[in-house]
Amino acid sequence: MLEVEPSAAGPKPQAALAPDPVPPMPPSPVHAFWHAFRENRGAVIGLVVVMGVVLLALFADVIAPYPPNEQFRDAVRAAPAWADGGSMRFILGTDSLGRDMLSRLIHGARISLFIGLSVMGVSFVIGGLLGLACVSFTGALGQMIDVAITRVMDLIMAVPSLVLAILVVAVLGPNLTNTIVAVTIVYLPRYVRLLRAAALAELGKDYVTAARVAGVGPARLMFVSVLPNCLAPLIVQAALGVSDAILEAAALGFLGLGAQPPTAEWGTMLADAREFIRSNPWLVTLPGLAILVTVVSINLAGDGLRDALDPKMRRS
Amino acid sequence: MLRFLLRRLALTIPTFVALMFVTFVAIRLVPGDPVEVRVGERGISPERLAQFRHELGLDQPVWKQFFDYMWQLLHGDFGTSLATNQKVLTEFVALFPATIELAAAAMLFAVAIGLPAGTIAAARRGSFYDQALMGMSVTGYSMPIFWWGLLLIMFVGERWGLTPVSGRIDLIKYYFEPVTGFMTVDAWLSGQPGALKDALHHLVLPAIVLGTIPLAVIARMTRSSMLEVLGEDYVRTARAKGLPSWRVVGLHSLRNALIPVVTIIGLQIGALMAGAVLTETIFSWPGVGKWLIESIARRDYPALQGGVMLISTIVILVNLGVDLTYGLINPRIRHA
Repeated sequence: MLEVEPSAAGPKPQAALAPDPVPPMPPSPVHAFWHAFRENRGAVIGLVVVMGVVLLALFADVIAPYPPNEQFRDAVRAAPAWADGGSMRFILGTDSLGRDMLSRLIHGARISLFIGLSVMGVSFVIGGLLGLACVSFTGALGQMIDVAITRVMDLIMAVPSLVLAILVVAVLGPNLTNTIVAVTIVYLPRYVRLLRAAALAELGKDYVTAARVAGVGPARLMFVSVLPNCLAPLIVQAALGVSDAILEAAALGFLGLGAQPPTAEWGTMLADAREFIRSNPWLVTLPGLAILVTVVSINLAGDGLRDALDPKMRRS
Repeated sequence: MLRFLLRRLALTIPTFVALMFVTFVAIRLVPGDPVEVRVGERGISPERLAQFRHELGLDQPVWKQFFDYMWQLLHGDFGTSLATNQKVLTEFVALFPATIELAAAAMLFAVAIGLPAGTIAAARRGSFYDQALMGMSVTGYSMPIFWWGLLLIMFVGERWGLTPVSGRIDLIKYYFEPVTGFMTVDAWLSGQPGALKDALHHLVLPAIVLGTIPLAVIARMTRSSMLEVLGEDYVRTARAKGLPSWRVVGLHSLRNALIPVVTIIGLQIGALMAGAVLTETIFSWPGVGKWLIESIARRDYPALQGGVMLISTIVILVNLGVDLTYGLINPRIRHA
């Protein structure tokens, strides 16, 4: 294996040294991927930060110094540790109800990631299935299915994302679950269109014809032959989709249409803090910073993922 | 060209029908009976209730209600607001110029900075400037603009006192009748000294906030489009002829690199409308975005329904326009 060669060996001299009985193995896909990913410094930094946020979210109960909704009535809107009047008791200060900001931010990571991942998972599966359904069926029925699905997706794309999400939430009622539903609907078309286009391109290739000739059934053809070859762009979209979902959900929370108080959701926390923008600026600064850092990191890592997975899409 | 035009137009019609269907269904899924919402909690006699239902067409079969709804929409009737009892269209038209003004200023900001920034980054590929710009572009693209707006209010508005933080003009100092609905134009037309300056002052922060994401997208798109063009043979020829670098980059390359950028700019309109909802809410900017959020708070569902319908219609039409223009300048698209 190439990866065990000492780095001092330089660019593979051993191939020229002796007639190799076994030709050098191509690097495993995982290794090749990591090698390409590692080249992009921003992506690695992004990935590290994302992992940090994931760890915070997973172990929120252990890491956070206090429960997110515990109110300390003796320390309402306490300043953060570095400011005048701050103490180490509440490192990032407390909010208007005396809740520890640090603990709420840590628990907020859990909620934001939960939203992001749920939206991603559901849209990945439903979007993928719908995208495949567009191209799977033949004849008039198949065309009808294709047209119907594409038209609906066009419609969803035509309505500005936040406006559509607002409409959905207004109808279903504002809470965490409906936020996920709304954001999923908004981002579904991207997955459908992506997979539809990728599958269409694949269907014209020789191996598909060969599989058909070999008597492979339609379901097996789609899921076993075609789908794996369409996954690269879909995975990239899914990674970047997590950050979009987090942003959209935070925006809904900020408008009062997302997770409801006292849930420690970053956007909702920002909305609560708006009136203290003059007196206690950190109440506004910190949740937004948490959103920004998380979203930037996911986007950086997602860009790296795209460059590594699909050299064709690599930004020049 | 005509065929392309007709086909593209025909494709838009089902989208509209579906849009009508969605808004129609959405409003019926809202919990609570529209008649009971309107008459309040005191209750009225069953006869009066039945009459109400008849007036609203709610005693008809659902499919007929849908066709009536479509019929009304096609005649420009987007419903009546429960809160103000005014036509939704009237309210929308009165508020829409404020949104256009904001969106136009935001786009101007984004293009004016994004195009040169992306071009320079491409010309100095790999330099510190390039890397810094791409870093800022990712940040801008990931920006929660509602927070960005609050941050700017906090620093630029409150701490440094450079700009006002809400509204479109200082209503205590200046008053004039709206003529065009665009505050900057109206202020200029009014001839009151300082009015235009004040209106522009009010516009700066919201425009920056709304323009941030388009700015990031445009800068990035310009950069990658330029990089592609800079690798072309005719660019090399131009360089070989000994043309100065700014001519090669600014004239030969930029012009060709602009085509995808222009498309992206056109397609940002939907994102701008979504961003306007947040920006207008933060800056108390009296446009359609803020109005939409307020109608939810007031449970004014007809206004919400009509508003979503109108905003989507505008976005669909603008996108159609972008598509057609693109087909006009790029024959490969219209024959695809």
